[in-house]
Amino acid sequence: MLEKLQNNRNALGLLFMLPAAVLLLLFLTYPLGLGTWLGFTDAKIGRSGEWIGLENYAFLWGDSVTRLALFNTLFYTVIASVLKLFLGLWLALLLNRNLRLKSFFRAVILLPYIVPTALSAIAFWWIFDAQFSVISWALMKLGLIDKYIDFLGDPWNARFSVIFANVWRGVPFVAITLLAGLQTISPSYYEASAIDGATPWQQFRHVTLPLLTPIIAVVMTFSVLFTFTDFQLIYVITRGGPLNATHLMATLSFQRAISGGALGEGAAISIAMVPFLLSAILFSYFGLQRRAWQQGGSDK
Amino acid sequence: MTEFNRRRFLEGSAGVAATAALGTGTIWTPAAQAQTLAYKPEKGAKLRVLRWSRFVQGDIDAYMANVKKFTEKTGIEVRVDNEGWEDVRPKAAVAANTGAGPDIILSTNDDANLYPEKLLDVTDLAEYLGKKYGGWYPAAQAYLRPDGKKWIGIALGAAGSMMVYRQSHLKAAGFETFPKTNDDFLKMLKALKEKGTPGGFALGNATGDGLWTNWLIWSHGAQLVDKNNKVVIDSPETLKALEYAKEMYANFVPGTLSWLDPNNNKAFLDGQVSVTNNGISIYYASKNSADPKVKEMMADIQHASFPVGPVGVPTESHLFFNQMVMKYTKYPQAAKEFLRFMMEWEQFDPWLMAAGGYIAHPLAAYEKSAVWTVDPKNTPYRDCVKNMRPAGYAGRLGYASAGAGADFIVVNMVAEAASGAKTPKEAAERAQKRAERYYKV
Repeated sequence: MLEKLQNNRNALGLLFMLPAAVLLLLFLTYPLGLGTWLGFTDAKIGRSGEWIGLENYAFLWGDSVTRLALFNTLFYTVIASVLKLFLGLWLALLLNRNLRLKSFFRAVILLPYIVPTALSAIAFWWIFDAQFSVISWALMKLGLIDKYIDFLGDPWNARFSVIFANVWRGVPFVAITLLAGLQTISPSYYEASAIDGATPWQQFRHVTLPLLTPIIAVVMTFSVLFTFTDFQLIYVITRGGPLNATHLMATLSFQRAISGGALGEGAAISIAMVPFLLSAILFSYFGLQRRAWQQGGSDK
Repeated sequence: MTEFNRRRFLEGSAGVAATAALGTGTIWTPAAQAQTLAYKPEKGAKLRVLRWSRFVQGDIDAYMANVKKFTEKTGIEVRVDNEGWEDVRPKAAVAANTGAGPDIILSTNDDANLYPEKLLDVTDLAEYLGKKYGGWYPAAQAYLRPDGKKWIGIALGAAGSMMVYRQSHLKAAGFETFPKTNDDFLKMLKALKEKGTPGGFALGNATGDGLWTNWLIWSHGAQLVDKNNKVVIDSPETLKALEYAKEMYANFVPGTLSWLDPNNNKAFLDGQVSVTNNGISIYYASKNSADPKVKEMMADIQHASFPVGPVGVPTESHLFFNQMVMKYTKYPQAAKEFLRFMMEWEQFDPWLMAAGGYIAHPLAAYEKSAVWTVDPKNTPYRDCVKNMRPAGYAGRLGYASAGAGADFIVVNMVAEAASGAKTPKEAAERAQKRAERYYKV
């Protein structure tokens, strides 16, 4: 029987997949399923809830703070992701050149990503502090401003400040991944295009970009997912303030579910993020991974 | 919420005679008290305690010394885990929910009211302590004896949020003493701003230091909910409070909209603000600082109660600490014995002393603790629990009050109106709608 099993490709395949399947079911599917269920209940911390259908979602739809958090999350994600893509791509192109101390720069560029998020968040909290900001201090010393900038006290300043912190932290991931992608592009394409008289911009547009698109798709999918679900930076720097201007869905979900004890409502906020995340993934797969585009052609 | 007054306080748990005796100014001595109570711990009992991390070093040192003493006396091993105070709430809730975890949890505000049925009834212990130590203050009863009968936890005290100010700055602004009324307080803030030494109060999502906004609305006669948990924040009293907040904010140091709990400490110790609300930790930090400049400030730091507003009575809001014995504990007797031991004068008084005024007692007898007289700067913190109103005043405590508090409804409302982001009316209306969700209209 055992011998038969050992020779059965299908049975062996299933057996080898079992550990991964168990892990996925236990740590991914179950929490997601539980979260979805909780979103339809009025569960509180310490008290199991009862089914209330769409009541949580109906409330959240009319809740001004949730709407603001949704806007903040979309704004934060779009602006930060676009900036990370452009800066990351630019950095990757620079690092792909034959620079002196290339390895050193490649290592240094990863530093923001290596530093624990909470630690860098505390650093940014000081950098943007209303009373102790080093930026304000420097600008004051240079005589460029006459009072400290209220980085985190003004809603729009605060939004851009946390986006800045997120971009600083996220750029290395994009840059290094794109650099890996750039290095898979054969130099012969560039040589051939150079012989054909292509300018550097044309080389970038018609060689680099199409061949890099699959990597961009993957890296931006991850980047968008990480940014959309960001928590630590906001929680340390602003706690969602001022006036809830930097509350993201994730921070609001935590505030309502854990600090406030409304597990059901917090779960509903989290689950409400799923369609947006799915859209980002679908866009990446069906939008950016178009085969014709990758092969240098255009859409028909 | 049940009746919340002095009469209830006396009836509830204190021996009237004991309170009267305290009132005469005699020093309280344990020997003078006849009450004794001892629990018989279960064989082989071991206890696990989860508590909030110390705000001042003296607190945990003395607490652990008491724990050691308890172990030596009873042979019961006690493991103490520390977590940031805001992290205790979710951990305690998960423990309550799953029925596993620490035997005793030291938590904050209305945590015990979230899952009262998961907590051990400690009425006998609370009544014993109340009788022996001059009675529990009304706020302790409001939090931990919500139905007026059964005690669901033992009060530990509160970290007072009081006015912390620079004496010299006040004098320079023409104020010899700290104002006692809201009108004078506003005049003082204006004068301080004119002198270039403004005050500042947190208006960001600051869980502890944002409590001053409760004082603001309560002192004007406003409240989030009435006794029947009906949301009544959109009221003329609230509008008055918000107009007052606008005038206050105009005289604050810039940036307070972003302030979280540590900001005012940093700004004060750097000499950038001359008045704020805080625990005694600013003074404590100055006293123990290695930086001569910060240490020098110590002599100039003073403390005072919040001014009394148009309502004519103190309306303070502080961070309340409770001690909950989880129902699932295998060692209920040992747990109760532990709490009894820790609350007895021989242990509790040295602990209060070591905390240097950071923690105010919940039992009247501890008014006599030397901590309140050894340094006159500690004295204003003495009556914190006595004068405080529970979070969620004047309604019942529970999920609604906890949720509304955690969602910063009052803090946000005050910040919106004070900063001009919304008119007072708009801010009050928005707060009303947000609160109604928690209190389900």
